[in-house]
Amino acid sequence: MNASLSAKIVKEIRVDIDKCTGCRACEMACSAFHAIPRYSSVNPSKARIRVVSDELNDEYVPIRAGDYTPSECNGRHIYTIAGKQYSECSFCGASCPSRDYFVEPDSGLPLKCDMCECVPPLEEPMCVQVCGTDALTYVEREVERDAKRQPTRGEMEEGIESLVKKYGMQAVMKTLAQMSKGAKS
Amino acid sequence: MRYADTGFDLEIDLTRGSIEKVANDAKTSEMYLGGQGAAAKLLWDRVPPDTDPFSPDNLLIFSTGILHGTPVPSANRTCVNCFSPQTNLMSHSLFGGFFGPELKHAGYDKIILRGKAPDLVYLYIDNDKVEIRDATHLRGMGTAETGDVLKKELKDQKVQVAAIGLAGENRVYMASIDHNHASAARGVGVVMGDKRLKAIAVRGTKDVNLARPAELFDIALKMNRKIAESSGCGDWMAVDEDDSFHHNHFSWGNARVRRKNFWSKELQERWTRWKYDHMDRQTGCYNCPKKCRNVINWPGRKRFGYKCFGKDTYHMAAFLELDFTYEILGVAQEYGVDSYATPQVIAFALELLEAGILHESDFPGMPADTKGRFFHLLDKIVRREGIGDILADGVSRAAQRIGNGAEKYDHNTVKKFEQLPIKLGKLNPAFFLMIATGEKMSITQIEGSFPQDPLPTPGERQEFVNKWAAVPDEKFKKYFLEWEKRNDMPVQATCDIVEWNEAMHYIDDSTGICGFVSSFRGQFGGDIAYHMNNLPQILSAATGFEMSKDKLWKTAQRIRNLVRAINVRRGLRRKSERPPEDHWAIRNEEYEQGLLSKYYAFKGWNMDGIPTREKLESLDLGYVADDLEKREILKVEEKVSA
Ligand code: SF4
Ligand code: SF4
Ligand code: SF4
Repeated sequence: MNASLSAKIVKEIRVDIDKCTGCRACEMACSAFHAIPRYSSVNPSKARIRVVSDELNDEYVPIRAGDYTPSECNGRHIYTIAGKQYSECSFCGASCPSRDYFVEPDSGLPLKCDMCECVPPLEEPMCVQVCGTDALTYVEREVERDAKRQPTRGEMEEGIESLVKKYGMQAVMKTLAQMSKGAKS
Repeated sequence: MRYADTGFDLEIDLTRGSIEKVANDAKTSEMYLGGQGAAAKLLWDRVPPDTDPFSPDNLLIFSTGILHGTPVPSANRTCVNCFSPQTNLMSHSLFGGFFGPELKHAGYDKIILRGKAPDLVYLYIDNDKVEIRDATHLRGMGTAETGDVLKKELKDQKVQVAAIGLAGENRVYMASIDHNHASAARGVGVVMGDKRLKAIAVRGTKDVNLARPAELFDIALKMNRKIAESSGCGDWMAVDEDDSFHHNHFSWGNARVRRKNFWSKELQERWTRWKYDHMDRQTGCYNCPKKCRNVINWPGRKRFGYKCFGKDTYHMAAFLELDFTYEILGVAQEYGVDSYATPQVIAFALELLEAGILHESDFPGMPADTKGRFFHLLDKIVRREGIGDILADGVSRAAQRIGNGAEKYDHNTVKKFEQLPIKLGKLNPAFFLMIATGEKMSITQIEGSFPQDPLPTPGERQEFVNKWAAVPDEKFKKYFLEWEKRNDMPVQATCDIVEWNEAMHYIDDSTGICGFVSSFRGQFGGDIAYHMNNLPQILSAATGFEMSKDKLWKTAQRIRNLVRAINVRRGLRRKSERPPEDHWAIRNEEYEQGLLSKYYAFKGWNMDGIPTREKLESLDLGYVADDLEKREILKVEEKVSA
């Protein structure tokens, strides 16, 4: 084995949209799993997976909640796949003000998929477990990566430079100082 | 706190435009569950028996099943009830999809509609915000089209819409209420149209709470797997391309002609190609791992979905092939008509033309070819134009209106409702009783738990009963083991079987569970997910009521007898409990009436089919007995003094 390579597990939920029946069992199960206490209630609108569906367009796309974004994007791609049109939003997992997906309906706080991480771990994420048609399947993939690989000086400099441009050198220095203190405590 | 239920109903008066959120009674849920049971109680309490179905006082009730919105898979059948102008009896209707669970999440168990709007409106429910809105811009629109337009207008793809089409707007008796390519038929679309309610759009984002959630979720996961894996669950017609059963055994045209050798290998290949060349996918209903609905994209037509025998009715009525059904079914669904009854009504009209009872002059502008005629008459019916205005009342009432011998062509209805086109040789006693006494109007809503046919050898029968988890009582195993000839079954066994078959439907239609994983499907293979032995635990864990097998059985009988009393109060009597005269070729009036009397006695009904006080009281329905006595429908029993 190459000592400079280490393994990392990548968790993947694979989505076959041709197999999705639009049943929303995934939404139901995700919401129950994340209810507090666990399973105490059901509410698909709190699910971290939503099925974008449009009967007349025969469109069924399960999407998983990603990051929060404060404002919606200012333009969208419209994709044509196998003769059907899909808005870019159909594939986007952002918790975004353009729609009420991935937002806690009562508090308005964003929701994000956590791959159902828990102790002891589930064999498969909840949404995958209830998907009866294998539209969702779970794969753990081992990827090798270079353990010693560190960002080059060039990359880091570029990143910091853009922050400095945006916030000014002093603000960045101050933040870095604060962060290093926080790291110690 | 209420579990599984929300504890609230929406009361809408369309005449006054009033909307109220009203707390309902937990005791009613415990006694009648949700769905049809709870709706029957409301119809009994609030609609006097002389109410005309077209009166503003007729209620139209959309109910969730008590298990809607819980994790229990395949609980998604929304129940719609009212009084039907076609039968003048209680309408029983269901549709699958997503509507009921969404309504639960909006915070309501039922929508109770009374009155009539001054012009076409739709009801918009967004959690606590409920509005009656103008729908004149939706006038004439198709059912799916209405759903699509409303979703766009409301900017919400997750809104669930149930809508009527042109047929409902024009008060066609066969009109359906459609949602997500699923239809509620049997007398509800016409009343929705009469109330000038084009659609209901509902969106809910509230929690549904559960009494013993972890236990219930665990059961739900197991059920999910069971349903996904069992070939005894779901609609096998969605995948089995050999449909010789319906085509060789059911009758064609106006339920007249058998074509025993119709099916062939070559035909099957051709039809399979038609299907798969045009099928986009199969879809399912809320929280169910099955996929019973075939979504077809036929050239020149809008996408549509169908399920089960719905794929056969149009071409069989027209003596054509599957491509014709694919051409017309989507159009008919957009109009919002029952795909079981409507083709029979059209075939009936064409038969009257052939017989010289109706004339070419009754059909001005009708094309000469069958396809053209079906499209033409469908259009006339949903618009109530010309002859279509008469046909729109259904076969039975149209025959009466046409007269001149047309009544004889009304040969396949029971209680004025169009039946499946089944014509057989020897009388089958259980089916005789189910068709005669069933009040859900279609045999598919009555049959289902006990197999339709015996197995040929004792070995096979033994093997079947060994795996048979669904039986509520060991005696059914014995009946099955001893059953050799289809039409030969002891009377006691026949009565027990009919009662079990019916009971499962009364339970499903109140829990909201789909018949394809329960009440309807057990007769084919026996391996269903839900039955008398596991439902009590599921109901207890969801609702917190203490439920047991005995209590559940009693609940089913309570609802069944309440429905009977509702219809008795509107005039249902023994004389209308007759299967079509030609349902079987060989008949024996004396035997049949004897069997019917024995069944009535078994049910605790008098010889006119009316539940006795004793029976009603044993089901906690003393108040029903009081009312029937007050109206002199039941005789006051003499108290025997010692
Ligand atoms: S992986 Fe878990 S958290 Fe993520 S969408 Fe699926 S069920 Fe929800
Ligand atoms: S559970 Fe599977 S089939 Fe059902 S909606 Fe989710 S992804 Fe689609
Ligand atoms: S079994 Fe079929 S019809 Fe029944 S709920 Fe599931 S998908 Fe719908």
